[in-house]
Formats: sequence, C-alpha cells, structure tokens
Amino acid sequence: MTTTDSLPVDVTALRADFAILSRTVRDGKPLVYLDSGATSQRPAQVLDAERRFVETSNSAVHRGAHQLSEEATDAYEGARATIASFVGVSPGEVVFTKNATEGINLVAYAMSNAGTAGPESERFTLGPGDEVVVTEMEHHANLVPWQQLCQRTGATLTWFPVTDEGRLDLSELDSMITERTRLVAFAHQSNVLGTVNPVEPLVQRAHEVGALVVLDACQSVPHGVYGQGAVDFGALGVDFAVFSGHKMLGPSGIGVLYGRRELLEAMPPFLTGGSMIELVRMEGSTFAPPPQRFEAGVPMTSQAVGLAAAVDYLNGVGMDRVAAHEHMLAERALAGLSEIPGVRIVGPEDTVDRGATVAFVVDGVHPHDVSQVLDSLGIAVRVGHHCAWPLHRACGVPATVRASFYLYNEPSEVDALVAGVREAQRFFGVGE
Amino acid sequence: MQLESMYQEIILDHYKNPHARGLREPFDGESFQVNPTCGDEVTLRVKVTEDGKIEDVSYEGQGCSISQASTSVMTDLVIGHSVDEAMTTMDAFTELMQGRGQVEPDEDVLDDGIAFAGVAKYPARVKCALLGWMAFKDALARTSNGAEAV
Repeated sequence: MTTTDSLPVDVTALRADFAILSRTVRDGKPLVYLDSGATSQRPAQVLDAERRFVETSNSAVHRGAHQLSEEATDAYEGARATIASFVGVSPGEVVFTKNATEGINLVAYAMSNAGTAGPESERFTLGPGDEVVVTEMEHHANLVPWQQLCQRTGATLTWFPVTDEGRLDLSELDSMITERTRLVAFAHQSNVLGTVNPVEPLVQRAHEVGALVVLDACQSVPHGVYGQGAVDFGALGVDFAVFSGHKMLGPSGIGVLYGRRELLEAMPPFLTGGSMIELVRMEGSTFAPPPQRFEAGVPMTSQAVGLAAAVDYLNGVGMDRVAAHEHMLAERALAGLSEIPGVRIVGPEDTVDRGATVAFVVDGVHPHDVSQVLDSLGIAVRVGHHCAWPLHRACGVPATVRASFYLYNEPSEVDALVAGVREAQRFFGVGE
Repeated sequence: MQLESMYQEIILDHYKNPHARGLREPFDGESFQVNPTCGDEVTLRVKVTEDGKIEDVSYEGQGCSISQASTSVMTDLVIGHSVDEAMTTMDAFTELMQGRGQVEPDEDVLDDGIAFAGVAKYPARVKCALLGWMAFKDALARTSNGAEAV
C-alpha cells in the first residue's frame, strides 16, 4: 500500500487549493475526477490571479498610454516570459492563441498563405509532390488541419502506423520521411494511449531532409516527462509546438504556439487585423514582428495571467515531482485494471515511456455503459474515441474508456476506478 | 444514483436479445448513421409496401446498450404499421427523449419504449437512444413509398 506521506506530491494539502475536488455528485458521491486529459481543474491561485488582474489592471494591452494599459501590458508580457521559460524558450517565440487547435491551424494556414506572401516565406510553401507526415495516433486537432492543408496545396499526407502495443512504428523511418517531406507533425504524448513518443529520432530524421517538425505537446507540457521533469522545447529541438492552458491548471480560451524565432520571423500571418500590423495604408499593409504578427485583435489577457499563475503553481510543486506522482498513479492503475478478467488496456501495458492516461475496454460492456456505472459512483472518466477516431480504428475498437490522472489525484481514486469497473461487470452480468 | 432507472430490465433484455437484428434483402431505403462523439454506428434498411406499410426494418451496428436496445424496440414499434403511424410513434419517442425526464410517456403509443424515460434525464445519452430512429427516418426518406410522410 502506498501511504499519502510517501507520495512524491503532498496531495492532501494540494487538494485544498481545488474547491471543485471536494464537491459531491450523483446523490452525494464524492467526486473522483479522472478526466484531466480533457480538461484539468484550476486551483484558487489561478482564479485569484485572474481576479486580481481584472480588479486592478484590466485594460487592452499594447494600446493606450494610460497607467492601466501599461500595467496590463506588463502583466501580459510578464505572463509570456513565465510561460516561455517553463518550456525552455524565449518570450518572443511564444504566440498566444485561443487553444492548441488554433495554434496548429495557425501554422497550417500560414503555410498556405506562404504561396502568395513573397520570397522570404518560400520555405513554407507546399505543392504537389511535397509530403506532410503525421501519425495514426494523432488527436483530430493534429490531423484534420494537415489533411486540409494538403487538400488546399496538392501536397500528400502520409502517416506512421501504430504497433499492436500502442507505440509508433518507426521501423520505416527513413523511407517515411524523405526528401519529399516538408513537415512532420506528431503528438509528444498520445491523448488516448498515454504513449510518450520518441522525439529525438523523428526530429533528427526530419531535419536531415530539411523538414519542419510540429509537436503536439498538449498532453506532455502539463504533466512533464517521468525522469526528465518539465518539457523543454529548446532541448527537444522541435520547430513548432503547441499546448493549451486548460489542460495544465490554467484557464480555457488560451493556448500557446511555440515557433523557433527565425521561422516565426519568416512566416506570413494567419489572422490579420488590429495589433499585428506595422504600417497600414489603403493600398496595403506590412506586419509587425513576431509574436505580435500572430496575435491579431485584443488578446486574451486575464487568461494569460491565469496561465502564468498555473505555471507558477506547477513550478512550486516541481515538474519532476508531478511526473513522478503520475507515474506512480499510472503504475497502480495499470496493475489494478490488468488484474480484472475481461479488461483490456488499449495502449502500453507497462510504464515505460508512458504517461498517466489509461484507456481500456471491458469485454461485454460498451464503454458508454462502463462510464455510466462509474458516473453513478461519482467517478468522472472520458468515453468515446477521444478525438482520435483513426487510432481507435487501428486498435480495432469503436470506443474506449479513458481515465486520465493529474497531480491532484490520490491512489485511493485509482482504487475507486478499479472497483467501479468491477461493479460495471457485475451490473451487466459479465466477468467472473 | 439510480442506475436501475436508466437501465430498466426491458432495456437490458433488448440489448442482450435484440429483435430484428441483421441486414436483410430486399429493401427500399438504407441509411448509415453515426454518433460523432462516440463513434457508435448503425446501418439500417427499411422495406415499405406499395400501400405505405412498413414491411421490414433490418439493421446492424455497434453501440452501447441504450442505442442497441432502442433500435431493437423501434423495430417492434414500427414493423407492420403504416408509415404515418410510425412517424407518430417516432414523434412521441423523440418528445420523451428530449423532455429531460419531465415528459410522461404513453404506454399505448410507446409500449416497451417507455423504458427509456429514465435515459431522458441524462442528456449525454439521449443521442444514443435516438441513433436508430434517426437512421429509420433517413432510410424512409430514401424510399419511394415512404418518403412523403417523413
């Protein structure tokens, strides 16, 4: 038995910061929140930071010369610096977006715009004969924008398959990523399988052939990597990366696109309008340097402040501890679920290169029905294809149940999940 | 909470022993419907006589107990009835499902369908219960004898 004293994170103390975790659901059942992969909960510190900003300094940033405008701009740019440092990059390489999906679309549309944007953005142009390489385990957000980009430009989309144990099959790496490849996009950690993908060989091969690398870091930045701590885009050597605020204790409505400075400097804009210009005449306009070039309109400000507070919170705990804590939870969940006859883990069954997202199916009980029984016990999990439909097809299942853990989850909640799955089997008359 | 209020015995019976399952020939209209949030799917065929009677409904698909049982119950409710009667029954079932648990079902119209009253309290599951019905309506619209009534 793991006792709470010996945990990498003092969960009991930490949970007091998350008011929602002490509520009850479905006729008085304590909430067991195992859906942080979809969205995480926010601590009081994040809410306080947002409220403090709105009550003291709220105004439009990068406009006006009044005191509030100065304070708001400082808060906004200060948040950018905090967040940039968290992922090992410079503030000028961090673009705030609505969410990670928008960040990926920003790159995809900038690439289609590159065709008509002049010689300096030529390196982003795509056309027939060019290839974009993704993987079969992508979230729709890192698949559909690339499908669409290929449709608009005539380029071809190809993808790495997934092995039976839920890892990327890189055996054909050199023939998959070739001189024709212009861009390689993949998830750092699968939002379904929990698999942590090997960034290094992909980056190395992509750069060997002059292709750009886009990393979907939505499921890795919030949790860190076991044994490594915080995710460091600089060290990983990727060209672009995205993540979203609401999956890392921060507000919804804010995401981050990281782009290597020289790339952002050469890339044409996606959304245009106020804030992103250098000079505007009736006949035409020129654009501001990055990151402003990619932040058209009045940006989300309290959300940026809130996300920086979330980063401070995570740093306060320590990302190495967060990752270690989740590793322990994943180990416990894999062990507990594997013991149940008729339960199959969809994804790696060990904890090697794997995060604390555990998808599974129960023989004879549809995932919807499993989650309904869990819900009746107060346990919140995700069910369905988790925006990764092709991956589910590849795994031969229409849908899965997904439990995703975070730093505020306790070992007893893993046990509640395991007991809940047994209860679902009992209710539907399957299993032992 | 009352798991049993959602999963009535009737629902579990239809789930374990579905009626009219399997795809059959001949048919006049076919529809493929999918629930994009969960990936559940159904392919459904309908055969309508010249005088507007539903002669057969056949289907196959994959889905949760609610969607499978609801499709099974539907076949009981519509096969052998006129297209107009089937539409009336569908309207009653749809009203029940969208009623957030506030609609009192009429057993004379819905028969086993009243078992789904508990499902209506769970908005996330209403789509499951309506999947087969959506396929039925769409398949009818594709037939020459039934399309007008839809």
